[in-house]
Formats: sequence, C-alpha cells, structure tokens
Amino acid sequence: MTASEIVHLTARQLRSLFEEGRLSAEEIVSAYLERIRAYDRHVGAFLLVDEEGALQQARTLDERKARGEPLGPLAAVPVAIKDVLCTQGMRTTCASRILHNFVPPYDATVIRKLREADAVLIGKTNMDEFAMGSSTENSGFQITRNPWDLDRAPGGSSGGSAAAVAACFSPMALGSDTGGSIRQPAALCGVVGLKPTYGRVSRYGLVAFASSLDQVGPFAWDVPDTALLLQVIAGHDPMDSTSVEIEVPDYLATLDQPVGGLRIGVVREWLADGVDEQVAKAVEQAIDVYRALGAKIQDITLPHSKYGIPAYYIVAPAEASSNLARYDGVHYGYRAADYDDMVDMYCRTRAEGFGAEVKRRVMLGTYALSAGYYEAYYLKALKVRRVIREDFDRAFEQVDIVLGPTSPTPAFRLGERIDDPISMYLSDVYTVTANLAGIAGISIPCGFTADGLPVGLQLLAPPFEEERLLRAARMYERETNWHTRRPDLERVVAQFEAKQSASAG
Amino acid sequence: MSTTTDVAPYTVVIGLEVHVQLLTQSKLFCACRNRFGDPPNTNVCPVCLGMPGVLPVMNRQAFELALRAAVALNCKIARFTKWDRKNYYYPDLPKNYQISQYDLPFSSDGYLEIPVEGGTKRVGIIRVHLEEDAGKLLHGEGGKRSQVDLNRAGTPLLEIVTRPDMNSPAEARTFLEELRLLLRYLEVSDCNMQEGSLRCDANINLHVHHNGEIIATPIVEVKNMNSFRAVERAMAYEMERQYEEWKRTGARLGEVPKETRGWDENRNITVSQRRKEEASDYRYFPEPDLVPVTVTEEELERVRESIGELPAQRRLRFISGYALPEYDARVIVEQGKKFADYFERVARGLEHAKNASNWMLQDVLRTLNERGWTIEEFPIAAEKLCDLIRRVERREVNTHAAREVFAEMLEGGGDPGEIIERKGLAMVSDEDALRQVVAAVLDKNPKVIEDFKKKKGKKRAQVAGFVRGLVMRETRGKADASLVEKLVNEMIVERAGVGFDS
Repeated sequence: MTASEIVHLTARQLRSLFEEGRLSAEEIVSAYLERIRAYDRHVGAFLLVDEEGALQQARTLDERKARGEPLGPLAAVPVAIKDVLCTQGMRTTCASRILHNFVPPYDATVIRKLREADAVLIGKTNMDEFAMGSSTENSGFQITRNPWDLDRAPGGSSGGSAAAVAACFSPMALGSDTGGSIRQPAALCGVVGLKPTYGRVSRYGLVAFASSLDQVGPFAWDVPDTALLLQVIAGHDPMDSTSVEIEVPDYLATLDQPVGGLRIGVVREWLADGVDEQVAKAVEQAIDVYRALGAKIQDITLPHSKYGIPAYYIVAPAEASSNLARYDGVHYGYRAADYDDMVDMYCRTRAEGFGAEVKRRVMLGTYALSAGYYEAYYLKALKVRRVIREDFDRAFEQVDIVLGPTSPTPAFRLGERIDDPISMYLSDVYTVTANLAGIAGISIPCGFTADGLPVGLQLLAPPFEEERLLRAARMYERETNWHTRRPDLERVVAQFEAKQSASAG
Repeated sequence: MSTTTDVAPYTVVIGLEVHVQLLTQSKLFCACRNRFGDPPNTNVCPVCLGMPGVLPVMNRQAFELALRAAVALNCKIARFTKWDRKNYYYPDLPKNYQISQYDLPFSSDGYLEIPVEGGTKRVGIIRVHLEEDAGKLLHGEGGKRSQVDLNRAGTPLLEIVTRPDMNSPAEARTFLEELRLLLRYLEVSDCNMQEGSLRCDANINLHVHHNGEIIATPIVEVKNMNSFRAVERAMAYEMERQYEEWKRTGARLGEVPKETRGWDENRNITVSQRRKEEASDYRYFPEPDLVPVTVTEEELERVRESIGELPAQRRLRFISGYALPEYDARVIVEQGKKFADYFERVARGLEHAKNASNWMLQDVLRTLNERGWTIEEFPIAAEKLCDLIRRVERREVNTHAAREVFAEMLEGGGDPGEIIERKGLAMVSDEDALRQVVAAVLDKNPKVIEDFKKKKGKKRAQVAGFVRGLVMRETRGKADASLVEKLVNEMIVERAGVGFDS
C-alpha cells in the first residue's frame, strides 16, 4: 500500500489493517509524517510535529503486537492534538507567545486516555491564541490555511486540527469548542467535528478559556471515526468536578441503527437573513435527505438564540479574564526582559506575551466583572443563558434533533475579517447557543459551494444524547458521499502558488 | 496618654477577622500534603502551582472540619453553598485568583460565649467561610529578588468574621483564647499564631460619649498582630490613639476613608499603612470549575454528633461533677482536650478529684513545661498516676514519697506498687515505732526542749516543725506526716512541761 493510499484511510481501516498485520504501525505513522513533511509548509496545521516520539511509539506498538499483547481501540492510529491540551514533556503553547516555552509536567486526562488506547500522538496543532477566534489567524506563531483553498481560513479556533484532518495529516484530531471552535472549523474544512455535552469529557489539562463553556471533542472524516474517538475520551473524571457521572454508551454498537421515527426541528431563523445562499441551499437539501429517510421535519424557533452572541461575549471573556490571570511571568512561560518593579513586570510580560484578541477579551471580561457592572452584564448574561437553555428544552419536547447550518458562510478569505471583530464573532452565531445551553452538537459535511468549498450541517441533541446525535448524523452520512471527498492538495498547492506568483509578477 | 477619669468617656468597639488553617491531611483542592516546615516547593503539584489546564477538586475532609467549627460556633449552615473567585495579582497566588466564598458562605449568624467578669458574654459571628491559602514570599536580604514558596498555596483556611461585639482589648484577647480552645478541642486547627495557623485582623473604633451624644469615630483596620498579647496591646494603643485623634480632629465615622494600620511590635505602636478610597475591586464571580456543595440533614447530624462536649460545657461539668474549684476546672480545660481527658482518667479512680487536679496542675504540668512535652508525650499512663495518687489517698504512701515514686516513673517507667516496695517507701504509720523515733530524736537533741520552753507562741510551733523535719529525715520521708505531727506535739509538751499556748 502506498503512503498516499494509507493517509486516505479511516481510523477504523488503519486499526484493522494493523491488527490483521497488513500494515505496521511504523508504516502508518511514516506515511502520515511524509504527508506532513510534503504539505504542512503550505497548510501550517501543526505547531509541533513529534516525528521522533510518534515513530518511537509506532515501533513499540509493532513490538507489542509481535508479542501478541492486547492493543487499544486506537492502536496505530495517529491523532493530532490541538495545542490547548497539556501533553507531558511536549511543549504546549495555546499558540501564545506567553507560553512559547511551556512544557507541561502532566498529561490532560483526554491525552492519558489516548495513550491508554494506544493512539499515536503525532503533533500539536495550531489554533487561535487561547482558543479565542474563529479563523486561527489569532495564533501567536503562524497562519493555518484551508486545505480546500489556501487563500482561505480553516475556521477556528481549532483550525489546525480541522485542517490537519482535512489535509490527511492525521485521520483524527482533538479540538476544543467554547463557542463553536470544533464545529465551525469542521464545517469550513469539510470534516466531521463534535462538541460533546458540557460534562461529558474531562477538561482536566485543557487550558481553560471559558471554563463553563469549554469542551474537548473529536474531529474525523466520518461519523464512525468521530464516535470511536469520542468513545475513548468520554466519561467522568475525578480530576474534573464538572464532568458528570453518567455512563458512556457504546456509540459504535448502535451507530448504524437509524433513529426510529426521527423528528427533526429546523431552526428557521438560522436559514433566513445573514446566511449564505449556497449554505442555505445545501442545508435545505440535507433536510430533503432526512425527509426521504422518513424523518418528520418541523420548523422550530429558538427565540432567544439571537442573544447568544452578546451573552457569550460577556460570559466567555469574564471567565477568560480570570483564567488568563495566571500568565504573569512569575512561575512559568514568558517573562519580559526589562522591567522596573513587580507591577511593571506583570504589565510588560502580558503586553508582550498576549496578542490583540486576547487583550481585547481580557479587557472586556475585566470590565464585565467590575463592581457596579457585574449585575448589568455578567448576571444578565447568565439569565440569557438560562432562557436559551429553556428554548432548547422546549424544542426538545417536540423534536429529537435540532438542525441548521453550522456556519453562516463557507470558508472566508484569510485577512477578510481579522480587522472587524464583530464580523468574526458572527462566524459563531449558530454554534454559541449549544455551548451556552451545555448541549451536544455535531457538524457534518453536507455539500460544496460552486467554488468547491465545503458546507457543514449542524445537528444538536439534548444533554448526554451523543448517541442519538451520532446515529442521526450517520443516517444522513450513509445516504451521501460528501464525507468521502478529499482535497487534492497537490492541485490546491499548485493553484495557490500560480496565483501568488501571478500577483507578485 | 491614659485617661485620668475612672470611667473612660467612650466605649471601644472591636470586631475581629480571624483566619485559621485547618488540620487536614491534604490541601483544599488537590492531594498535596498540608504540612509546614518542609523544604520550599516540595508539597506542590500542577494544581496548587496553578499550571495551565488544571482544575480544583474539593477536599471533603476540609469541608467537614469547617462544618464542625461552624456548628460549634452556633452558626446557621447553608444547605447550598458555592465557591467564588477573588481576583487579585500577587506572586504568592499562582492563579492570581483565590478560590473563596463570597455571597453564599457555608455558614453564618453564630456566636461564641466568652468568660467575662461575673459571667459570660456572647460575641456574634457574622460568617464562617472556607477558602484556599496563598503561598509565602521569601525576600532576599537587601536584594531585588524575592522567592516564592508554594507549600502553603491551596491549603484550607477558615475565615471567621465576628460582629463588633467586643468592648475592651481584654475581651478581644479572651475571644481569641476561647476560639483557640474551641478549635483545638474540635481538632479543627492547632491555632498557633506564631506559626501563622491562626491570623487575626481587627476593626476598631470608638463610641465617644460627648455632651449627651454618642459619636462613632472612623473604623480602623489593624493588621500585623502576631500574638494574642499583641492583639490586646494593639487594641489598647489604638483605642487611646483614636480618642486623642478624635479630640484633635473631631472626625466621625464615614467622614474619612477607611484606614489600615499595622502593629509595630518593637515600637508598640500602630503605623498607618494605607487609606482605602474605596474597597478593592476583587471582581468576585462564581467559580466555574467547582460544583456547588450541598449539605444534607444526615450529614449535619453526623457532624453534630461527632462534636461532643465543648470546652465551656466541660468546665461546668468539672465544677459540678468533680467538685473542682473554678480555677482548677478552667486551667485543666485550657490545656486542651487530651490533657483534660487524661485528668478525667486519673480522677475517675480517686476518692477526691481535687487530688488529681493538684497533681495535674503541679507535678504533671510542671514536667510538661520543663521538658516541652505535650500530654500525649507524657510517659506515665493515666492509670499508673491514678494508682499512685490512690495510694496517697489510702495513706499507703505520703506525698513526699509519692513524688519520689513519680520521679522514678517519669525516668524509668514502672509500677507504683513495685517502686514503693523496692525503694521501701511505704508509709510508716505504726504509732509505737514512730513514738520511738520521736523519742530518739528528742534524746539526741536535748536543746530542743530548752528552746521550746524559752520561746513563745509561733516560735514554739517552729521548734516543733524542726523536730518533725528531723523525724521525717530519720524515717527517710516515709512517716505518716499527720501522725508524726501529733506525736511530736504530744511528746514535746510532755517533756517541756508547757503547752504551745502558754
């Protein structure tokens, strides 16, 4: 099997070929590393590629297999890790200069679980600094390009992870979703991305952006791989008090069983003003697919979802202003070279270490929590959160799944929104509500625009109903082949370089 | 500066804010050891170091200790309590926020009764809440660099805020003593102010009685008091300073920003540290990394049952149940639960508990002080000490010889009966034998009778005492002292031909 064939396989295929002895772990990992070496200089998905570590791990797996030892569910499967998850001994920067040299002394719980499942940690992916952004352009280190069109953003904040899967640098990746940071880049990169219910997956070792909204979740090419990765990372963790002690069902066992009498609620306001025509069309067509499958389609309304973005931009920055206070140059990470005294050291370290968007949000959050403003902003936002959750509770009394577009637009051009924070914030207009309500959501590929850009379909399910969410997504996926399309990187790179030399010339 | 009139022209009003470290095995939000004196930064982990990505998990033992304290302080216990973040920047606070409790403390509205002249007084408790402690900064000598020790970071701290119910420096001190006694009894904290396991700030002002009006002066917060004595002296100093200041400026409560002053132990004065234009903005908000804590009725009942007898109740029982003088009861209880337990184990086997009390407050306490022991380190088992004192009560051995037995037990252990026998310390109370000893002593010292005759009144008693001493020496201290006294008196009078009073 050629390296190029290997990197186009699913995780399940890799796992069984390895188990059957038809591929060694080293062959698998080498194929992906070769692909990364060839193309990541164009895509920029990774901040760190652990070639040596990944190969070492692969060889160990091959030895263990030779000895007939039992192997984990992700044996020999490479997984790319968003650089917001702590990996022991492996630099973890959150794409921030303030953590440019931070090497965690411990593994995040999800990383420990990946290791226990014998996954191969192939590298750390680029992101918006501290997961704040929707294009990955807020990275303190580099830009990540959309593998479908290198002129465009991969979305964010988990843009590196989405791009790594889309570019076939890794069959799977982990991201984090605070307001849409898994689902939106999944949609823009044409892959599957799932945000679990708040409390489904441990946050221990996930560097906090907004603690009450953050969740770790999987990226993959299709729903079964997504279910497989979720299976490995889900579950209660004694190290995370907010993770919930609810049994994790066997997602893969029921995945191919259609949801009987599926009732789908279409959020009409998400298909009206503000949504790109081609996106709306792709979503309407997806609705037709469900209808043809016998699903009962009805319109629903989430009257308070329009307050999602404003509420989100109070709650998330407020928590972030406190969560990011620890980056002060005292104990670890970047410290300014010159300063007069302690306060000056704090100020310069943070002024030099943080990027513009992080500073913007820290200021927003500090303001929102200040005496005299707390009630008007923070408490009010918490009330909005509650009514948004109530909107969903009401909707889920009538329907099993809520459906809409993941993002109002397909991948936008790099630089297009970076100077206009509000337009950037609106990239998450359909995704933030799931975080505010703490429910589960998934984005799956549902078509392409005329320019060949992927479109994402968002499905939402009640808390801890990931099983239902995955089955409903799988029903659609089995009827379509969007998830089997891969960007032709060779052609994309050639086109991009031609265009660049044309504009330079 | 002291006032010259008998009655001060003002009432002093004092409220205290006390922080005590809890005696838990581990820290409040991680599994690190809660212990002091270890090399810097050895009892630390990613959680208490505030590393990126870590999360706190509440230590239920800490919460239960805190509950105990609050229940014993007669507080209302909230069935639902949450954690809040208090945001401020300081290098000893790794996260730059402290996990504390803001608007829903786990307990509030309690009181502690303190002994005052002629009875007791209730000092109200506004609230008791739990929070994490910060680390410690170690400042290099003269250098620009400071170092941080985070062993203490994240250890559980109980904050107790009183109502301004104390009206003298002595009352403030008594409150702290009574609180310390209570928390030690509950084994909630060792409350050592020098080591920082109890820290105290005070808010103090005056209600000046002036022309029939009562004028409240500005409240001053006093910090940096490192002993109970310092609290008492700082309050005494501050009270008079504030009166002088009021006489000079006439400033009333609310007219000037709140001032913080520090107690200067060497100069015995308070020194102004800062004036707060407004309260610091700590931007409190609910801690999203922790879930609210609920307390069930069963749990509360368990805590109530586990508390048992408190020091104030125990003092009363010692007075009524053991017929101890108030002083004895107070001093025994003050020594701590273990000491009082020991006392009870001794007293229960005796005719008179007062005998146990005498031994405890003299011989035992002196030994503990001399050797720097706690009662738990004291080598004589309560049952053995009881055995010894019981032998005194039964006149098997006199007090003098018993002390010798005590000393032997202290050094080499052993059984009182065996030591008495081995050293031949059994009390000599054979009247005929003692009579012969007295006779021999008087024969050997004929001058004694002459002296007795020459002297008058008290001086005659002194002569008798001298003879008793000689008799005791002859019997190597083993004679029944009261019998010796009786025989000596009889025989001197007999030989001298005159009585004591003639």
